[in-house]
Amino acid sequence: MRRLSVPYLLGFTGAAWLILFFLIPLIAGLIVSLMSGDVASGYRLTWNWSIYSDIFVNSNVNYALFLGRSLFYGATATLLTIVIGYPLAYFIAFRVSPRWKTPLLFLVLISFLISFVIRTKMWVFLLGAQGPIISFLQSIHLAGPDFAVLGTPGAVIGGQTYNDLAYMVLPIYVALERIDTRLFEATEDLYGTKRAVFFKTILPLSRSGIFSGILIVFIDTVGDPVNAALLGGRNTYNFGEAIQYAYLNLQQYNVAAALSTVLMIALGIILFVYARVFGTENIEDLV
Amino acid sequence: MTSGENINPETIRGLTQSRVSRRMFMKGAGAVAGAGALSALLAACGVTGTNPSGANPTGGNASGGTDWTSWWASKKQNGVLNFANWPYYIDTDSNGKHASLEAFTKKTGIKVNYKEVIQDDPSYYAKISPLLTKGQSIGQDIIVITDGWYLTEIINNGWAVQLDHSRMPNFTANADRSLLSPSYDPGALHSAVWQTGLTGLAYNSKKVPEGITSFADLLDPKYAGHIGLFSDNTEYGSMALLATGAQTATSTHDDWNKAVEWLNKLKPSVAKFYDQGYTDALQNGDIWISQAWSGDVYQMQQGGHPEIKFVLPTEGVITWHDNMLIPITAENPVDAITWMNYYYTPETAGIIEDYDAYICPVPAAKDYILNTLKDPAVANSPLVFPSAADLAKAQEYYTYKNLADYNAWNALFDPVAQS
Amino acid sequence: MSTTTQTIALRGAGLTLDDIPEPKRRKRPLLPIIYWVVIGILLLPIISMIAYSFNFAPNNRVTTVWQHFTVQYYLHLADQADLFQAFLLSITIALLSAAISIAIGVPLALALERYRFWGRGLVSSILFIDIAAPSIVVGSSALSFFFTLNFQTGFWTILISHVTFNIAYAVVTLRARLSGMGTAYEQAAADLGSGPVAGFFRVTVPLLMPGILAAFLLSLAMSIDDYVITSFVAGSATTFPLYIYGIKTGLPPQVLCFGTIVFVVGIALFFANAALNRRNKV
Repeated sequence: MRRLSVPYLLGFTGAAWLILFFLIPLIAGLIVSLMSGDVASGYRLTWNWSIYSDIFVNSNVNYALFLGRSLFYGATATLLTIVIGYPLAYFIAFRVSPRWKTPLLFLVLISFLISFVIRTKMWVFLLGAQGPIISFLQSIHLAGPDFAVLGTPGAVIGGQTYNDLAYMVLPIYVALERIDTRLFEATEDLYGTKRAVFFKTILPLSRSGIFSGILIVFIDTVGDPVNAALLGGRNTYNFGEAIQYAYLNLQQYNVAAALSTVLMIALGIILFVYARVFGTENIEDLV
Repeated sequence: MTSGENINPETIRGLTQSRVSRRMFMKGAGAVAGAGALSALLAACGVTGTNPSGANPTGGNASGGTDWTSWWASKKQNGVLNFANWPYYIDTDSNGKHASLEAFTKKTGIKVNYKEVIQDDPSYYAKISPLLTKGQSIGQDIIVITDGWYLTEIINNGWAVQLDHSRMPNFTANADRSLLSPSYDPGALHSAVWQTGLTGLAYNSKKVPEGITSFADLLDPKYAGHIGLFSDNTEYGSMALLATGAQTATSTHDDWNKAVEWLNKLKPSVAKFYDQGYTDALQNGDIWISQAWSGDVYQMQQGGHPEIKFVLPTEGVITWHDNMLIPITAENPVDAITWMNYYYTPETAGIIEDYDAYICPVPAAKDYILNTLKDPAVANSPLVFPSAADLAKAQEYYTYKNLADYNAWNALFDPVAQS
Repeated sequence: MSTTTQTIALRGAGLTLDDIPEPKRRKRPLLPIIYWVVIGILLLPIISMIAYSFNFAPNNRVTTVWQHFTVQYYLHLADQADLFQAFLLSITIALLSAAISIAIGVPLALALERYRFWGRGLVSSILFIDIAAPSIVVGSSALSFFFTLNFQTGFWTILISHVTFNIAYAVVTLRARLSGMGTAYEQAAADLGSGPVAGFFRVTVPLLMPGILAAFLLSLAMSIDDYVITSFVAGSATTFPLYIYGIKTGLPPQVLCFGTIVFVVGIALFFANAALNRRNKV
């Protein structure tokens, strides 16, 4: 065996699989947006670029609103996972003895062992108007008789935060874990406050972990149709649901593909700008 | 090794991040362009339509000119029946057994593979239509589809076998007279009703002690934020047509516009458009009033929630039919039609109705349920065997004429739920 | 100072971060309180799932009102025949897709981690997009693709799609292990006259085992859990999440039993993996 051919032999099957079943379908799927026709007569490629203006200008439903809503829910949920997940990761990384790190991290991951559809459906039960949580809040007069969680944007964002929290905790934890704790003393000597230790040392060094987390959580939540469908209400219809509906109910494959393309581009732009502004130039260094 | 690494570092890495640099991206860009060109070539093949020739074999003619007499003559009984139905839609005892199917197997020797795989019409249609387009088997000999766009499509596309009524004398003899030629399938040439149901309103009497009687009541501000509607635009659209005094079957685009106006007035009071889970939401008090199917309400009442009440609104009520069809690619059509015939007896329909509690397509089953099964609750329920007066108030769904008609309906009604 | 250079410096000195005494800090209770409150919330649906799986369900639909304790749904798991089949299908797909992903992922990870070659950047980029692309886009595109090719959707398309997303997770996981273990042992094996193939199976694979196991478990979890992509490519097949999501009126109690069983098995596998990890620690 010639040395030179080894990586190609090793990687061929995997690369071929990925190109055949991921890359080409992805691009071909997006190109379907340029087809025209209907489900009865079939769809033909006509390079119909005007579909992209049609879905936003001439559409009977307000796709721009759904996109905005999805981005808002995703951004809020992502922010919440950082606010909630960072202390968790920090606690496990710095405040417990090594032998406790495994079990504590495992507890964060534990909900992955339950199918997320079941998890979310259990929340529907728990958060019901006569369910245990609201009944309890009402019994201690923290909630009025008409207080409802289900059906609100808060429920959708909460569900997304809940389902994706671990995706944020893990990369932050990994980043924090790598920080040399001796740096803390050095920083404290230099600036004199604990606050400075956090803002001058820990936070900058964990930035890469936060970015990895944002990448996964934001993309996942923006495209997610499930939390909105199960936990949401009349005013929570989002872009993921619109794609699903266009595809599976209306069978307007071109519209669905155009919406998918718009989603990909919007996410791409946002993450690119974020990476530029916050200076994450080399994603490979992240983990 | 850092202290944290005894916790499956690989798992953490796998869950967190792939490794790629911008430089790698740039290098890959050229190759991606190559794959893109390949994909475009592929996409140029297009997606095959369900009915590319535009053939419309409805209206009592044989689908695509098939000679159905010789078609049926060429088929044999195979002793197997693959039956796709909706969940909770056939008699089931506490051990999960279906007495009606077992009796059928005992009598005919036909083994039934009963699957509860149909959750709603759109998603099931989306699953089977690509296969039927290509003339491939969907692995089922009977499917159950609600009257509406998807049923019309299946018949129009020639995907439903034309039934040989000489093989189902029980249907002709025992079916409710109105089912012998339903508006969506004249002459019942392709379909036989499995269950009829009503879409009316249900309310939780703990929350709405005064009760409601009409669609107009929904506009009462005291119910604002506590109303649930179905997410299916045929359901809430039909409701709005009734509420605005239109006849669903003969409604015009003007009527549709008025209905949309009415829905937009109601919309601020709506808590949610339910695709699923409205029964739980009613029981748990998340909503007080909802559009509801009659059988679901009966099941809720039997399941320990007598406070849920069903209402036939004064403006009218929608009646729908879930129909057994034999897909054109069915492998065991004779076994399928044997079951259809077997179903239309007071005994079989009665056993199933006693569980389902929708509206029985075999009126004579009432006596069987009352006298043999000794279940007066079902037999005397006005929901299962409604009075002639109640049925007179019932209207069928609007039957879409073609895809353009259906798209027009969607364009008007979709924005109500999707906002 | 970057973390990488720190670690290298420490390794050079024969030290690991473990060896550095942590500075004594005043412990505030705030962080543990946050941690346990969040964990409590995370556990809430799991605990209620387990609890309600033992609750009697009138009309075979889960209710939030406590009726009475029963184990009958565990004894009659297969009664809800379609749910049972959906569960078996999910398990089959998960095991197969995890196994195939490992079989394809191990050589790919080796190639990417150990060699520089033309196309390496492209493959890494595809893996990255594979993980990052929204499921809804991946699922809908895959379905268009299968339509265009006249592929019949069903078991095989689910399997292909699951392998496709699992490969990415498997490769990333395996590369982490590979980069950690170095090439010294393999080189030693080669020096001792072992051929490349024998060396691969006698040295590389055993060393890689914890990584393989982790990738396998991760793939299992991702496959069993996937709803969005599967919903597009499933055809007339129904997986466990599809079945649960599709139920329109009330959950059958067996759903909670299956959920509980997966949960318990998952915990058992975690501990087994942790034990193996400890034993195989290099």
